[in-house]
Amino acid sequence: MITFSNVVKVYKMGSIEVPVLRGVSCTISKGEMVAIMGPSGSGKSTLMNIMGCLDQPTSGTYQLEGQEITRLKDDDLAGIRNKKIGFVFQTFNLLPWASALGNVELPLIYGGGVQRRRRALEALERVGVAHRARHRPSEISGGEQQRVAIARALVNNPSLILADEPTGNLDSRSSEEIVAIFRGLNREEGITIVLVTHERSIAENARRILHFRDGLFEGEEVMA
Amino acid sequence: MSLVEALRVSVTALATHKLRSLLTVLGIVIGISSVVSLMSIGQGSQERVLSRITAMGTNLLYVRPGASSEGRVRGAQGGAASLTLEDATALADPVNVPSVAAVAPQVQTFAQVVAAGQNVNTQIIGVTPDYQYVRNSPVADGDFISDRDVEARSMVVVLGATVADNLFQGGSPLGESVKINNRQFRVVGVLKRMGGTGFGLQDDVVLAPITTVQSRIMAQRTAQGGRTVSSINVQLAKGAKTEQATGEIAAILRQRHRLTGSDDFTITSQEETIAAQKEVTGTFTTFLGIIAGISLLVAGIGIMNIMLVSVAERTREIGIRKAVGAKRRDILMQFLMEATVLSLFGGGVGLLGGWGVSRFISGRTFSGQVLYTVVPPHILILAVAVAVATGLFFGIYPAARAARLNPIAALRYE
Ligand SMILES: Nc1ncnc2c1ncn2[C@@H]1O[C@H](COP(=O)(O)OP(=O)(O)O)[C@@H](O)[C@H]1O
Ligand SMILES: [Mg+2]
Repeated sequence: MITFSNVVKVYKMGSIEVPVLRGVSCTISKGEMVAIMGPSGSGKSTLMNIMGCLDQPTSGTYQLEGQEITRLKDDDLAGIRNKKIGFVFQTFNLLPWASALGNVELPLIYGGGVQRRRRALEALERVGVAHRARHRPSEISGGEQQRVAIARALVNNPSLILADEPTGNLDSRSSEEIVAIFRGLNREEGITIVLVTHERSIAENARRILHFRDGLFEGEEVMA
Repeated sequence: MSLVEALRVSVTALATHKLRSLLTVLGIVIGISSVVSLMSIGQGSQERVLSRITAMGTNLLYVRPGASSEGRVRGAQGGAASLTLEDATALADPVNVPSVAAVAPQVQTFAQVVAAGQNVNTQIIGVTPDYQYVRNSPVADGDFISDRDVEARSMVVVLGATVADNLFQGGSPLGESVKINNRQFRVVGVLKRMGGTGFGLQDDVVLAPITTVQSRIMAQRTAQGGRTVSSINVQLAKGAKTEQATGEIAAILRQRHRLTGSDDFTITSQEETIAAQKEVTGTFTTFLGIIAGISLLVAGIGIMNIMLVSVAERTREIGIRKAVGAKRRDILMQFLMEATVLSLFGGGVGLLGGWGVSRFISGRTFSGQVLYTVVPPHILILAVAVAVATGLFFGIYPAARAARLNPIAALRYE
């Protein structure tokens, strides 16, 4: 599903070059659920952004479902983000003025799908917030907002869902509900899931935990 | 994303930011309404002038003393004194000039006219009876100047409506006397009111027999000793060709004046007069257009400014849209569509506003000038087209900036 080889990302801050990813290699198979843990500032988000086709590596290669991503143009990346990947952010990133339904419909606008309203409602149902369809993000709880964000990630039936600290802004009960949704999507629908978290209890929902430090993977645990 | 989809997204976004949208629209409304109202003033004055020229009679040629240069009327032409009453008589002879229907020579000057303790300074035109047909100036009351008046150099006048009003304050001037240059004249008629003010002086005029004006009021003779006329109005027969008539008239005058070199007269057709007037009002209209253009430019800069603010404010939104799969083209289209919707809306409202302003000022007096406005249909289309073009032109830079945003940078934006 995902193959990183020797992926390097260097940020330029004026004349200073800051290497954030220093030659990351890894493979994640189809249908896996993987958690990534590591201290903050170690480059996890940078890695996730590249994995989510939101950003390109400075060097190295990234293959997604056999397709070489690093050679693609902006608009091709946009197409892949739309069709194959669902991204869930720590800060939800919902449009504040749109309803839950409107937010979930957003990817369908750019994907040219039909029956958008129905599909968006179905996605909201899958994560248990269909009753909040008409509410704006500011009118619902953090946990519900993150569910709406997951519905948005799901609506185009992606094969990969990437979640960068999805429970970072949630209380422990909501966190558990959210991770349960991810586990369900992985176990029941076979969607590949990669999630970044600081909490061990969340990470333990995954089959495999990758440890990340200073721009490199430094080890992994496989759960029983 | 289809155009309809882009339209939906844009309208939603605009409706979400109502105040900002309204402020942007306001600039366009002001810009377009000034374009429409200023252009309508230009157009109105143009049509006014043209209708006045055609009201003077149709199918006319004007013969004036003095040479022409490059086909244009020369300023000093009035100074020469080459045309005479006898020239006019010769032109009226159908054997000489077959395409002529009627000939009306005239002399004109300005003089003080006094009656019943009132006095006005006005144009005195010496005419022959044909003047009333050729220049389309019938009497409303009394009689016009007759052939006998011309022969006898009678001391009679026909007053223009304005002069009659000013001297007699609503009373009938018929049979009353007026004094011009301390000579007594009897009023035999009053001209039909032509209406209008500004360029024309058709109502502010006193007509007298041409011979009377020549001998009693003016005293100018040609070198040959004939009585001079200021100009000769020639009305052409129905279906007569302007060039042919011009040629015939020129031939007669050259023969009569024994000319071998350059002409000492100028023949101007009504079309040429119209063209010259159009040039004048055209300049006026262009000037108004420039002012209107400047206000549109300001409106456009307003759009650009507000759109740039909007792009900055909505950086996160753009980031979110891109993160879920919006392509550059989608973002570009959304922002351009927003600019177009705003300017279409603003253009429409501006059109109504401009039309209202134009209706309001029409016929009102501003610093002594009565303004007439005409909103020609093509301005309506033009105004909306200009509004949309303004929106697109000034919208494209902010839209392109939005489209180029990197999704990660956009999502991080606070
Ligand atoms: N756009 C950027 N420009 C410069 N430095 C950046 C940029 N994005 C991230 N960084 C730096 O890269 C490092 C890793 O950031 P990040 O990937 O967000 O780490 P994590 O998600 O593990 O906390 C940090 O030091 C951060 O300051
Ligand atoms: Mg992070």
